[in-house]
Amino acid sequence: MARDTVMKKPKDTRGALRRMLRYLGPWKYVILGVAVLCLISNLLNLWGPSLAGSAIREAAAGPGKVNFDAVKHDALLMLVCYVSSALLGFGISLVMTVVSRRVARRMRQDVFEKLMRLPVGYFDRHQAGDIISRVSYDIDVISTSMATDIVQILTSLVTVVGSLVMMTLISLPLSALTLVTVPVSVVYTVFMRRKTQPRYAKRSRSYGVMNGFVEEMLSGQKTIQAYAYEDRVDERFDTINRNAADAFSDAEHYGVTLGPTMTAINNLGLSLIALLGGILFLNGQIDLGRISSFVLYSRKFAGPINAVAEVFNELFSALAAAERVFTLLDEPEETADVEGAYLLENVRGEVNVEHVAFGYDPGRTILHNLTLEAPAGKLVAIVGPTGAGKTTIINLLMRFYDPDSGVIRIDGRDIRTSVRRSVRGSYAMVLQDTWVFQGTIFENIAYGKENATMEEVVAAAKAARIHPFIMRLPQGYDTVISEDGGNISKGQKQLLTIARAMLYDAPMLILDEATSNVDTATEREIQKAMRELMKQKTCFVIAHRLSTIENADMIIVLKDGDVVEQGTHRSLMDQKGFYHRLYAAQFE
Amino acid sequence: MKLIWKYVRPYRRFILAVMVIKLIGTGTDLLLPYVLEHLLDHVIPAASDAWPVIAWGAVMLGLTLLTRILNITANRMSVRVAKNSTYAIRRDLFHTALNLSGSQMDKVGLPSLISRMTSDTYNVQSFVRMIQTMGIRAPIMLLGGIAITLTMDTGLAMILCIMAPVMIVLVCFVSWKGIPLYNEVQRRMDVLVRRMRESITGIRVVRALNKESYEENRFGEANTRMARQEVKASVIMSLPGPIVTLFLNVGLTLVVLVGARRVNDGQTAPGVILAFLTYFNMILMGVMGLNRIFMMMSRANASANRIGEVIDLPEELTPLPANRCAEVPGDEALIFDHVSFNYDADSPKELHGQFLGEERRQCLKDISFRVPKGGSLGIIGATGSGKTTIINLLMRFYDPQQGHVFVDGRDVRSYTRDELHRKFGVVFQNDVVFADTIRENIVFGRPVTEEGMVSAAQDAMAHGFIQNTPDAYEHKAAIRGANFSGGQKQRLLVSRALAASPEILILDDASSALDYRTDAELRRAIRKHHGEATTVVIAQRVSSILSLDEIIVLHEGEMIGRGTHAQLMETCPEYRDICLTQMKEGE
Repeated sequence: MARDTVMKKPKDTRGALRRMLRYLGPWKYVILGVAVLCLISNLLNLWGPSLAGSAIREAAAGPGKVNFDAVKHDALLMLVCYVSSALLGFGISLVMTVVSRRVARRMRQDVFEKLMRLPVGYFDRHQAGDIISRVSYDIDVISTSMATDIVQILTSLVTVVGSLVMMTLISLPLSALTLVTVPVSVVYTVFMRRKTQPRYAKRSRSYGVMNGFVEEMLSGQKTIQAYAYEDRVDERFDTINRNAADAFSDAEHYGVTLGPTMTAINNLGLSLIALLGGILFLNGQIDLGRISSFVLYSRKFAGPINAVAEVFNELFSALAAAERVFTLLDEPEETADVEGAYLLENVRGEVNVEHVAFGYDPGRTILHNLTLEAPAGKLVAIVGPTGAGKTTIINLLMRFYDPDSGVIRIDGRDIRTSVRRSVRGSYAMVLQDTWVFQGTIFENIAYGKENATMEEVVAAAKAARIHPFIMRLPQGYDTVISEDGGNISKGQKQLLTIARAMLYDAPMLILDEATSNVDTATEREIQKAMRELMKQKTCFVIAHRLSTIENADMIIVLKDGDVVEQGTHRSLMDQKGFYHRLYAAQFE
Repeated sequence: MKLIWKYVRPYRRFILAVMVIKLIGTGTDLLLPYVLEHLLDHVIPAASDAWPVIAWGAVMLGLTLLTRILNITANRMSVRVAKNSTYAIRRDLFHTALNLSGSQMDKVGLPSLISRMTSDTYNVQSFVRMIQTMGIRAPIMLLGGIAITLTMDTGLAMILCIMAPVMIVLVCFVSWKGIPLYNEVQRRMDVLVRRMRESITGIRVVRALNKESYEENRFGEANTRMARQEVKASVIMSLPGPIVTLFLNVGLTLVVLVGARRVNDGQTAPGVILAFLTYFNMILMGVMGLNRIFMMMSRANASANRIGEVIDLPEELTPLPANRCAEVPGDEALIFDHVSFNYDADSPKELHGQFLGEERRQCLKDISFRVPKGGSLGIIGATGSGKTTIINLLMRFYDPQQGHVFVDGRDVRSYTRDELHRKFGVVFQNDVVFADTIRENIVFGRPVTEEGMVSAAQDAMAHGFIQNTPDAYEHKAAIRGANFSGGQKQRLLVSRALAASPEILILDDASSALDYRTDAELRRAIRKHHGEATTVVIAQRVSSILSLDEIIVLHEGEMIGRGTHAQLMETCPEYRDICLTQMKEGE
C-alpha cells in the first residue's frame, strides 16, 4: 500500500522551481550582492590578461630596451587584480555555501514541522525510511545544486552577454551564426529535460523505496534471523537495489550526453565560423585578424555555455528532488481548529461519546454506533476480545482521528470545536507500544513536563517502581537509553512510560494495556500508586488481565465495535453474560 | 578508498577502456583549436577557392562528432561502472547488516546503519562515476600544459614547476583534512536521521503530550548542527580553489616580470610570454579540475570508511569446530548448563559514540535447566529479571560468558545459524509485522503449504479475523502492522511461529494483548496440534504457563524456583505470591 502511494507520478516542475525560488526569497539581496561580485570578479578576470598583454607589449621593445618601470607597474596591477579576484571568488563561494546550507536547513525544518502536523494515519501509510530519504537525500541534492549552480549561472550570464556584444561589434554576419548554435542548444536542453527529469524523479523515488525497505527490514533484523529469512530478504533487496541502480544509470545515461553535446554544438559553431569566415575572407569582406579575435571571443562564449549545460543537469535532478519534498509539504494536515475553538481548561473530566461511528478505511466500519458516558472522576474500564475496537476508542478520544459521525464531548463541549491541543492536554496516556527516545532516563521521564525537577522525576519513577532499577545503573538517571539499543527490557520501558505519564499532570488518564509486559507483583504496586494518582481523575483503562480492572466504577464490554454489556464487575458477573465468560476464561 | 578500489577492481579492464576512450576524446577535443589555428594561419591565406576551406571545415566537423561520440561513450561506460560497483557495495552492506550479531547491531545502531546504506553509498556512487572521466581531463591539461611550457622556455617554466608541487601539496593536504570533516557531517546526519525516526515512531506520544514544538526544537538543533558542520566542511574545502588560482596567477605575474628581464637580456622572445598566458590557463583549469576531484574524494573517502567499518565487521557467532564445542551432558532437546551472561562484557565501549549500554550488569547467573523433547517450559519472573535473555542465548543471538547451551543434543555453537534457527518457531516480545501480505507475514519464505498456513492461523486464533479482511490472506498489513490491533498482531505472529511446525516453539510474552478466552483457546490448540514441539513460554500471566511440564522462576538473573506449578506453590514463595495476586478471586 505504501509503495503504491510512493510511486505516484509527480507533476508540476514549474511550480517546484517557483517554490524553490521562494526559499531563496529571504536571501534575494545577498544573491543580488553575489551577482554584483560575480560581475566585478568577471571584469577583473578580463582585465588581468589585458594587463599582462600590455606588459608584454612593453617587453616587446626588444633586448635592452624594455621599460621596467612600466612592466613593474603592470605587474603590480596584475597582482592587485588577481588577489582581489581570488578574494571575491572565495567570498562568493563562501556566501553561496552558507546560503545553500541555510536553505537546506530551512527545508529540512519545514519538512519536519510538516510531519508534526500530519494526521497520525499518514505514518501508517508511509515508510519512515522513505520520509527520511526526502530529508537526507533529496534535500541534499537540492542544496548541492544550489551551492554551485547559482554562481555558475550568474558568471556564465555575464561572460555570455559580454562575449556576444564583442562578437557583434567585430562581425555581424559571423555573429549571426550564434543564431544557429544558441537555439540548437536551447532546444536540445529542453528536449533533454523532458527525457531526464522524469528519470531523475524516478531515481529519487526508487531511493526512497530502498530507504524505506532498508529501514523496515533492519528494524526487524532479529526476527528475520530467527526465521532464517535472510536469503529471502536479500533477494527482495536485490530487486530494489537493482531498481535503484537502474534508475540511477537510466537517468545518467541521458544526463551525461548533455555536456558532450553542448561542446559539440559549440565546436560545430566554431567550424561554421571557420568555414564562413574563410569564405568571407576569400570574398574580401573580412580580414584575418578579425576572424582570429572573433574566434577568441566565441570560445569564451562557448565555455560558460558548456558549464551551464552541466549545471542544468544538476538542476534537473534538484528539481526532481524538490518535487518529492513539495509533495510531502502539500499533504493534507490535521484539520485546523475551527474558528473560535473552545479552549478546554480546568477540565472536570466528564466524557460523553454519543452515537459514534468510525472506520479507518471507508467501507470498513470498526465502531458502529457507540455511546458511552464517563462521569467525572470515575474509572472506566473497556474490555472485550481483541479487535473489538478498544484502541480505536482511544484514538478518537485523543482526536488522532475524528469520528465519521456522532459526537464526543468533554465537560459537555464537542471536542471537534475545542482546541485540539487542549483536548490532548486533558489526558495523560500510556500506550501498549512503548516509546523511548535516545536520551537520558531523566529526559525520558520528564518528557511530558517542562522544567520538571529531579525530585519530581524521582517521585514518578518511585511510583512506577522503576527507581531501584535506575539506581542500580552506573549513571543512574543520567544513563542514556535508546529505542533500538537492547539495553533495557520491554517491561522496563513500559515502567518508564508510566513514570512519564505520572509526571504529566493531566485531569484524565488513558491506560491502554499499560502494564501488559510488567510482572504482576510490580503491576500491583504500580496500581497502588496509580490509585493515588487517579483520585479525582477520569480514567480509561484497557486491560486484559481482568483482575486489574475489577474495582472499576464502570466496565464497558465491547464486541465487534458495539457495547454489549455495561456495569460494575459485580453486576456483570451476576449477569453471567459475555463478561462472565471472558472472566472465567483466565482460570481455565 | 580501499573499499572503493575493492569494488571497482572487477571492472578495471573496463575502466581502462573508459580512460583510453576519454583520453582519445580529450585529445580530439584539444586538437580542434589547432586545426582551427592551422586553418586560419595557413589554409585560408593560401586558398584560391573555397574547396580547401570546406575540406578543413569538414575535418573539424568530423572531429566534433567524434569527440561527442567518444565522450558520451566514455561517460556512459563510467555510469555503468558506478552503477554496478555501487550495486555490489549496497548488496554486501545490506547482507552484512542483516547478518550482524546482536551486540554488533547494538553498537552500530539502526539509524547509522540506515544512513550508511543510503547517503554514504550515494556519495561513493557519484565519486566513482565522476573520477573515471574527470580524472583524465584534468591531469592531461595540467601535465600537457607544463610539458608544452617546458619545451617553450625552460627557465620561465621553472617558475611553474616550483609552484606546482606547492599547490598539489596544498590540495592534497586540505582534502586529507577534509575526510574527518565529512565524517563528522555524516555522523551528524546520523543524529538527524535518528531524531526524525524517533519522532515518526513515537508520533502518537508526541501528539498526546503536545510535544510537537519540543520535537521541532530537538530536530532543529540537530539540523543546525548538521548545517553548521556542512558549512564548515565546505568552506574549508572551497579554500584551495581560490588559493590555487591566486598562486598560479602570481606565478603568471612573475613570468611576466622575469620574462621581461629575459627579453631585455635577449634570452627569450615576447611571443613566448604571450603563449605562456594561454597555457597557463590550461594548467589552471587542470589544477582546478584536480581540486574538484580531491574535494569529492575526501567526501567519498569519509563515506567509504563508514561503509567499510560495517562491511569489515567480523562475522560473529560463527559455528565452532566440533573439537572446541562443549561435551553434551544429556540428550534433552534444550539444556542450559551453568550459564552466566552479561550483555556488554567484552564489547569496546564505543564504535561510534552510538553505543549506550553500560547497564544490565550480570543478566543471568548460573542458570541450569533441561527440557526433554516434546516437553514444555514456562519462565516467569519480574520485569528485567532476564527472561528474554534466555531466549537470546538459546537462539544464539549472543554467546554466554560462562556455561553452555545445548539444543537437540549439540552445543548451539556447533550449528550454522540457519540450521539452528530452522528448528525454532518464535514470537519475540516486540516482534514485527512487516508491510506485506498476511500470507507472506505468516509463510515468511519457508516451504509452507496452503493448508499448513491456514491451520497455523486457525491454531493461532487468527483465521477468523483474517477471513474478515477484504482480501483474506492477500490483505496487506500496513507499516508496523498498524492496521491491526495489538491482539491481532500477536495472533499473526503466533501463526508465523506455528506455520512451519517447528521442533521448538518459543513464545516470549506472545499473548499479552490477547483476552483470556482467546489466550486459552490458543493454548488448547497449540497443545493439541503442536504437542510434539518442545515449547518455551515466557509470560506474565500464570494461566499461560501453569499447565506446562516445568516452570522456572527468575529473579534478577537468578533462578529462585523450579518445578511444576503444584511443586512451586509449595516451595517457591515468590511464585505462590504471583499466583495468589492473579487468582486470589479464583471463584
